[in-house]
Amino acid sequence: MIRIEHLVKSFGPLEVLKGISTEVAAGEVVAIIGPSGSGKSTLLRCINLLEIPTAGHIFVDGVDVTSSKCDILKVRQNVGMVFQHFNLFPHKTVMGNLTYAPMKVKGLSKADASKIAMDLLVKVGLSEKADQYPSRLSGGQKQRVAIARALAMEPDVMLFDEPTSALDPEMVKEVLEVMKALVETGITMAIVTHEMGFAREVADRVLFLDGGYLVEDAPPDVFFSSPKSDRAQQFLEKVL
Amino acid sequence: MNLDFGQIMPSLPFILKGILVTLQFTLLSALFGFTLGTVLSLLKISSIKPLRWFAEFYTSIFRGTPLILQLALVYFATPQLIGYKISPIEAGVLTFALNSAAYSSETIRAGIMAVDKGQREASMSLGVAYKPMMLDIILPQAFKNILPALVNESIALLKDSALVSTIGVLDLMRRAQVVAGQTFLYFEPLIVVGVIYYVMVMGLTQAAQVLERRMRRSD
Repeated sequence: MIRIEHLVKSFGPLEVLKGISTEVAAGEVVAIIGPSGSGKSTLLRCINLLEIPTAGHIFVDGVDVTSSKCDILKVRQNVGMVFQHFNLFPHKTVMGNLTYAPMKVKGLSKADASKIAMDLLVKVGLSEKADQYPSRLSGGQKQRVAIARALAMEPDVMLFDEPTSALDPEMVKEVLEVMKALVETGITMAIVTHEMGFAREVADRVLFLDGGYLVEDAPPDVFFSSPKSDRAQQFLEKVL
Repeated sequence: MNLDFGQIMPSLPFILKGILVTLQFTLLSALFGFTLGTVLSLLKISSIKPLRWFAEFYTSIFRGTPLILQLALVYFATPQLIGYKISPIEAGVLTFALNSAAYSSETIRAGIMAVDKGQREASMSLGVAYKPMMLDIILPQAFKNILPALVNESIALLKDSALVSTIGVLDLMRRAQVVAGQTFLYFEPLIVVGVIYYVMVMGLTQAAQVLERRMRRSD
């Protein structure tokens, strides 16, 4: 579903990703972990071109998104993203947040978009908040709406950029529950996270990044019980 | 001091008709000015350098020269230059719109920059193209933030519109001068239109407050 080849990303003189190659199969759930500044978020954001790669190739569903011929808007429709700070549209209601892109981008009728949106709100347990503005919601509720908003485009891939890092501790669980339910649906997911327990439980593979390199790529039970590299061992000692 | 408002009473309907002229003038100038200002602000944040240079050069010209000079240039010089006999009201609206665009483009640019960049990223990640993203997501939030500044700009437009009396538009100011010329009374007609300007500005301020409250309902 996603294939990354020798991906390099620099911000000016600072090289953040130093040649990353990996693959995510359809239906696979991949957790991306590592110390801050290791390039996790940048890697994720390159996949839907929120960051433009400096070198290398990324294929999403067989399409080279780094090619100048690629219709990036088309690719983004198929790749949902959930942000650390939710980024809900504050001037639109919850319903408006969910129906905007399906109507504007895919050209769905209001009735069709509303139906999809309502089904999703039921799934994330927020159907009664449909007419509220985001400012009335708690952090956990905002993030569940943000997940529903991304799903409303019916993407094949979902990217999560530290979805629980900005939440109060008691709200983390409700968001993780929604994400777990999503894993069950078989959608392809790439999750940048600091929730090690969650990564261990739901991920098919763990990617460990450090200093812009992909240091380890292993199933979670292998990675968490016997990491090969010193760097991963040190990291896990600190966070577990 | 001998004030005689009685003497100008017959001219009052004539003066009051100027309200409509001034209002119409202000409204048109603000409408065209803010629209053009929005376009200029988008050029200023564009990644294409020549567009940025053009917008900045434009702004510097209109900020760097007196408004009354610009007005005179457009009204008196246009016929000489292109042979089109421009009417005073056209010349006035055109000048004020062009001038207001220069000032408001800076305000609007700041408003756009103040919208959290996450809004842009969220729109992009949903596959929304540049134009609908700007129109539906970024600009509504930007305008909400800069509403007070735009109200100030509109008030300035309303008051500066008195300058068009110099090219013969029969606005409030010009009508006061006409009445003064007929009656040889200066204080009374000038005070009357002064009060009218003041009331109009207060009305505009009130209307802006109502609008602002309505826009804050999502907070």
